[in-house]
Amino acid sequence: MLNESTLRDLAHAVLHASRADETEVVLLATHARLTRFANNEIHQNVAEHNLEVRIRVVKEKRVGIAIGNGATREAVLKTLEQAETLAATTPPTPDWPGLPHDPRPTPETLTWSDATAEATPETRADLVGSVCRTADAAGQVASGALETNTQALYIANSHGVERYVPRTVASFVTVVMSDTGSGYAAGAHRDLHAIPIANLGREAVETATCSRNPIDLEPGVYDVVLDAYAVADILSFVCSLGFSGQAFAEGRSFVSGKLGEQVLGENITIIDDGLSPDGLPLPIDFEGVVRQQLPLVENGVARAVAWDSRWAARAGTESTGHALPAPNWWGPVPLHPHLAPGETPRDALMRHVERGLYITRFNYTRTVNPGRVIVTGLTRDGAFLIENGEIVAPIKNLRFTQSYVEALQNVVALSRERRTLASFGTVGAMKVPAAVIRNFTFTGKTQF
Amino acid sequence: MQDLVQRAVDTAVALGATYADARIVHQRQQNILVRNSALETLEETESLGIGVRVVVDGAWGFSSSHLLTPHEIDHVVAEAVRIARASARVQKQAVRLGPPVTSRGFYQTPIQEDPFAVPLEEKVALLLQADAAMRRVEGVRITLSKMAAMREHKVFANSEGALTEQVLYESGGGIQALAVGNGDVQQRSYPGLFAQQQVTGGFEHVRSLDLVGNAERIAHEAVELLHAPVAPSGTFDVIIDSTQLALQVHESCGHPIELDRVFGTEAAFAGTSFLTPDKLYTLRYGSEVVNIVADATAPLGLGTFGWDDEGVPAQRVDIVRNGRFVGYLTSRETAQHLHDLVPNAPPTSNGTMRADGWNRIPLIRMTNINLEPGTWRLEDLIADTEHGLYLEMNRSWSIDDKRLNFQFGVEVCREIKNGQLGQLYKNANYTGITPEFWNACDAVCNADHWTLWGVTNCGKGQPMQLSHVGHGAAPARFRGIRVFGTQ
Repeated sequence: MLNESTLRDLAHAVLHASRADETEVVLLATHARLTRFANNEIHQNVAEHNLEVRIRVVKEKRVGIAIGNGATREAVLKTLEQAETLAATTPPTPDWPGLPHDPRPTPETLTWSDATAEATPETRADLVGSVCRTADAAGQVASGALETNTQALYIANSHGVERYVPRTVASFVTVVMSDTGSGYAAGAHRDLHAIPIANLGREAVETATCSRNPIDLEPGVYDVVLDAYAVADILSFVCSLGFSGQAFAEGRSFVSGKLGEQVLGENITIIDDGLSPDGLPLPIDFEGVVRQQLPLVENGVARAVAWDSRWAARAGTESTGHALPAPNWWGPVPLHPHLAPGETPRDALMRHVERGLYITRFNYTRTVNPGRVIVTGLTRDGAFLIENGEIVAPIKNLRFTQSYVEALQNVVALSRERRTLASFGTVGAMKVPAAVIRNFTFTGKTQF
Repeated sequence: MQDLVQRAVDTAVALGATYADARIVHQRQQNILVRNSALETLEETESLGIGVRVVVDGAWGFSSSHLLTPHEIDHVVAEAVRIARASARVQKQAVRLGPPVTSRGFYQTPIQEDPFAVPLEEKVALLLQADAAMRRVEGVRITLSKMAAMREHKVFANSEGALTEQVLYESGGGIQALAVGNGDVQQRSYPGLFAQQQVTGGFEHVRSLDLVGNAERIAHEAVELLHAPVAPSGTFDVIIDSTQLALQVHESCGHPIELDRVFGTEAAFAGTSFLTPDKLYTLRYGSEVVNIVADATAPLGLGTFGWDDEGVPAQRVDIVRNGRFVGYLTSRETAQHLHDLVPNAPPTSNGTMRADGWNRIPLIRMTNINLEPGTWRLEDLIADTEHGLYLEMNRSWSIDDKRLNFQFGVEVCREIKNGQLGQLYKNANYTGITPEFWNACDAVCNADHWTLWGVTNCGKGQPMQLSHVGHGAAPARFRGIRVFGTQ
């Protein structure tokens, strides 16, 4: 991996050579390795070594951005020249606020794990092999992926921002299929050893066993127990559509103009915590601003949205350290939402449901109405009918069309256990409990 | 470049690979976005590197690097070989690739005007002009105007003697207006899916889109939608415009015919397929008027090229002929497997393996999956529809992991009453089951109404790859489709 001094030398070469009023260099060195399996065997197994060089220059409020992947001084200076050419030929951005200053030190948090960094192809093969053998023994078919990545992020700008964050990412996912059922399990952490891969494999096999021979169930309005995988989907949509400063400023968010108001249920508290070592921490954003531990919702009351420097300036506030790499379409986004747990043991959640559904996860979810966060998608990898607080039968998958905001207004219980799951690919991670939600609307059904 | 890919292949064979291929890819992309009268994005991206794929001990390994020194290439090859040996630890069946692929040659996208040679000032001015035209309409809150250009130069070699070089160009652009009010957001996009139409071609294509000439119209329509009633719910005969139908083809035909999905190798991410091999040559996928081809030779298509990333030549193959399911998208490896199960199926690849860069392995990807034109004029089809709905331009999309149950939302819904377009509605969705839906198709419009649309965000694989694919479609009518409006 390119070390700190090499990255610093490249960044300084750019800052020194730049003729712009402002210059920003974002270097991301990546060694990514992923072992993929299907039909109980490894079928794809890949590695990538790359250095992304992202340079933003500003001259008389004219902004140019160039991205390259050369690792030499000559290569990064060529990327700089390209950015300067772009900036020179464009109209000014009248409300350009300037690149950020942030003199605070980089927060100290554990971002690295030797176990992840040192994982070999043989390590990964043996780990996924154990899942394949478990599925095989059950007469089932496992598929999935295990990735172990090392990254080095170096950010510097002409206002004195200078950050270096080395980071590891481990992420595992599996889908196990029986003859007529399927199961799912996943986990993500900076430390490969913190992901219980064999247990997750067994969990997916068990769900695939229990979900065999599903019955037909008519769509309608049901109370649901959602495993954390399904709750994670809700959390992800609500945070990206609702708590982005860009959507907020443009009036597209359900919390636009409603900070300080009750927008979700009183039992909902969400904090965006990019510093938590129990996940995939990233203590700075992609402008080098310190990432705030940001309370988005407290007991259902909207408290804050995520800002980067540009949208914050437009709104007359300060960046919260949530910039994505520039340029981007989404604006600032919470990448590490943590939904506060409840007090109910996970296994006891179904007692809250007289007749309803237990759902492992959602699949292919898409926005129908962004303003109300109405989303459609399907259940996948284990859906079950609950009667009198107990599972009585697996069901064929259903399609829902449901406001996720209303879902988080109708939560009656949250589990005290939480899962740590990857967010925005593996840029961030979220911590999510399982939940019981009243009146979830299913609008269609499929044939399996 | 040729020397380097050959070195990688030779080194892999020397280290024990029974098959090896190497690709050097140099991509250049330019993206421009004007948002609310201001230049939001002016970005150029270059990416250069090599990817090496090997079969050792009957198993796959792949490694890639952005460094193109001989030393680094040797390192990448050695890593790919080690990875393949690790794969072999959890291997049930050895890789079989079938007959050798020995393609050689050069291919370049035909262009009239190099998109990177057009002055940036001219491009930005055009987008600002379109933006201004949209913003002149009262009630419009957010406006987007964008352009994209891409050039990809790649050299491929394999251990069977193939050596190909390709230069692919893409150009595209589009606009979108959003009206916001009363807790509602309504959008109108032009000219195609996701407010963009991108093709393999030069800047002449962007000039032909007339973004400025259409800007005011779509801005008015966005505002009009804000005040329109919600679409009715019920069962309707619907005419679906070619933009929306292109995405319908993508989701309900393009993905389920990917043979890797069928064989379960995408199960953990994208899912599998209802089009299992027992259905090949037997399933009535659609009505007699439904004809679908996979055509990697179609001019302008985003799925048009010289050879795929296994060196197999671009082809045009039948997928659905007169409603009957007759073909998959295949790779060298999956074609072998299919031929074992269905002896009538060809044992060789039809050339659909593509990677989205040097750092990714090729996967089976759609080329241009085209619904062939029918015979109707659109005016006649509307006039022939007594009571129905006209649905236009995608707004949301979702489909299950076997590609059976789908639900699409559209930007525009218009009532058809006594053969004439009438009331405008918003928030219309339609839903169905794939074969039932295509069997409900009773009319497809003719070639005058047919467009080959580009899709640039087709996600697949782990790590995720985004592919650029094409879909030709003309408006078509479907009987008895479930439609519902959402508040």
